[in-house]
Amino acid sequence: MHIGNARSSYQADEVIWKRPAHKGAMLLIILSLLILPFWIGPYHLMLMSQLGIFVIAIAGLNILTGYTGLISLGQGAFMGIGAYTTAVLATGYGFPPWATFPLSIIITALIGIGFGLPSLRVRGLYLTIATLAANVIIVFAIRKLEWLTNGDRGINIEPAVLFGVSIESELEKYFVIAPLALLFVLFSQNLFRTKIGRAFIAIREQDYSAEIMGINLIRYKLTAFAIGSAYAGAAGSLWAYFFTALTPNQFNLSQSILFLAALIIGGMGTTLGPLFGAVFVILVPETLRAIAGLITPYYPLALQATAPITEIIYGLLIIGFLIFEPMGLSAIWARIWRYIDRWPFTR
Amino acid sequence: MNELLYIVEDSLTGLLTGGIYALMAVGMVLVFKATRVVNFAHGTIMMVGTYFFFSFSLLVQQLGLSFWVSVPLALLSTGLLGMFLERVLMRPLLGQSVFSMIMVTVALISVLEGLTILIWTSDAQYPPGLFSLQISFIWEAAVNMQLFWGFVIALSLFVLISIVLFLTRIGVALRATASDQATAYSMGINVPGVFGMTWMVAAMTGCLAGILLAPLNSLTPSLGHLGLSVLAVIILGGLDSLLGTLIAALLIGWLEAMTGHFLGGDYREVMPYIVVLLIIVIRPYGLFGSKEVERI
Repeated sequence: MHIGNARSSYQADEVIWKRPAHKGAMLLIILSLLILPFWIGPYHLMLMSQLGIFVIAIAGLNILTGYTGLISLGQGAFMGIGAYTTAVLATGYGFPPWATFPLSIIITALIGIGFGLPSLRVRGLYLTIATLAANVIIVFAIRKLEWLTNGDRGINIEPAVLFGVSIESELEKYFVIAPLALLFVLFSQNLFRTKIGRAFIAIREQDYSAEIMGINLIRYKLTAFAIGSAYAGAAGSLWAYFFTALTPNQFNLSQSILFLAALIIGGMGTTLGPLFGAVFVILVPETLRAIAGLITPYYPLALQATAPITEIIYGLLIIGFLIFEPMGLSAIWARIWRYIDRWPFTR
Repeated sequence: MNELLYIVEDSLTGLLTGGIYALMAVGMVLVFKATRVVNFAHGTIMMVGTYFFFSFSLLVQQLGLSFWVSVPLALLSTGLLGMFLERVLMRPLLGQSVFSMIMVTVALISVLEGLTILIWTSDAQYPPGLFSLQISFIWEAAVNMQLFWGFVIALSLFVLISIVLFLTRIGVALRATASDQATAYSMGINVPGVFGMTWMVAAMTGCLAGILLAPLNSLTPSLGHLGLSVLAVIILGGLDSLLGTLIAALLIGWLEAMTGHFLGGDYREVMPYIVVLLIIVIRPYGLFGSKEVERI
């Protein structure tokens, strides 16, 4: 519920920093992202890098599902395309990272457009099923193109070399991934201040009305698929360099469901949603593992049970958020700010 | 033995499996008809039901009863599970966007699968078959009797559901709800009751399909993923048409068998998804589905 958000000009609507405090908070976050890595150990650094990759992939899904309203259960597989493009180009043909990264983005975007074609005829439920089918088919194709992808045995790729430095330690990886993640989030924030982004939102609200108002549905829906998949491609490319060992199973349907879950938990159609969601889905298994570590002395099977319990908690979180807080953590975040804003006149 | 005989054999097996697919799909179609929600977790509920059957069969064996007793027990408990899920998860979302409801069923897959692994572990189990697994011959083609009787049961249940749907008061209530919820409500039809009932019937038919299917392979928590490939059946059949579902199920079963025969087992698993994608692009309302009139 938006109350008291009356804006009288486009400029007011386009403002990124709605409050000075926002700007301060952002600066604080960036500063801590710069300093923190030197304090925390390699394990937490690894989690941070993984978080960065997840944020990119989920931000792409956010553009597609959150802003344009095209529900996709295929983001995991698109990330797989990006990862495999990078891996094949880097190991098979010796491409350097500055070439594989953009190429992965472009190729994933093109394939995304291909699988986005059904979105021109169908919406909602049918599109969900179509993207689900696309996910299964893509993973199957990766598995079957053995001469290219090495099938189920997977690919190992060499660490990326940037400016003569081999990116191997967790700290180096972090300082490649984190700025890129920030850049991609910033791009998605700015996208919705442009004509294209506004067209996306119009399509989400009601695609017929959007068409009547002069928005070319074919073009913009496919653009949304292209951008969403491009994000997945970028995330995949980083994933390849980050995890170094790829197998097709990493990109199956459960990965896509995880991304969609993160988006719902974080809040669809908001810039910060993907960030909140990614933090959440990474923290849940970590917390559980920590708890399991604590109780293992008393109950030796605890560690074994974490995987299914993680699944259960993801599921329950999605259900809980959908029923009680459909706009996700972002809505809670906004509510907190509103409270601070209007204090002491808040209820 | 010649090549043609093998093809005939595989076709028969495919068609028989298709019959069981029809039994799985009918639950999804009923739920869709009544609530406009495609239950992605249908296969998972089926899997849980089959585990119920497995546990009951062990229990019944210990009590020294015939294992046939475990069938109604499993059906009943799965039916109750379906009703419970509808009441707790679907009812609060009534009137909200379809997207929320779909996502809840997707989330339900994780929850139920996780619970199953916690309770029964992910090791393969071997529930008893209802019929002997022997092979009989129809003319010269070998046919698995478990599959054959499964097909007969599935088909007769399918006919029974159709009769109920078109000839009884309950069926009328369901069809009224399907065509217009608000009007059905105002005419005194217990719409939430209809929802609960369809979920119960869907869970029970799914459970039966699982019981018929599991002895042919083994029972693992991934049995539920079959529910996703049955999406091909209901999309091809047109989502809300029972006759379409039956024909689509037989067709998909046969196509799967043929892909398995000519291209190998791997391709069989992915075939339904390719069919789905093609259908959605070419003919979204399926073979027999009603074309929905979209309003602005």
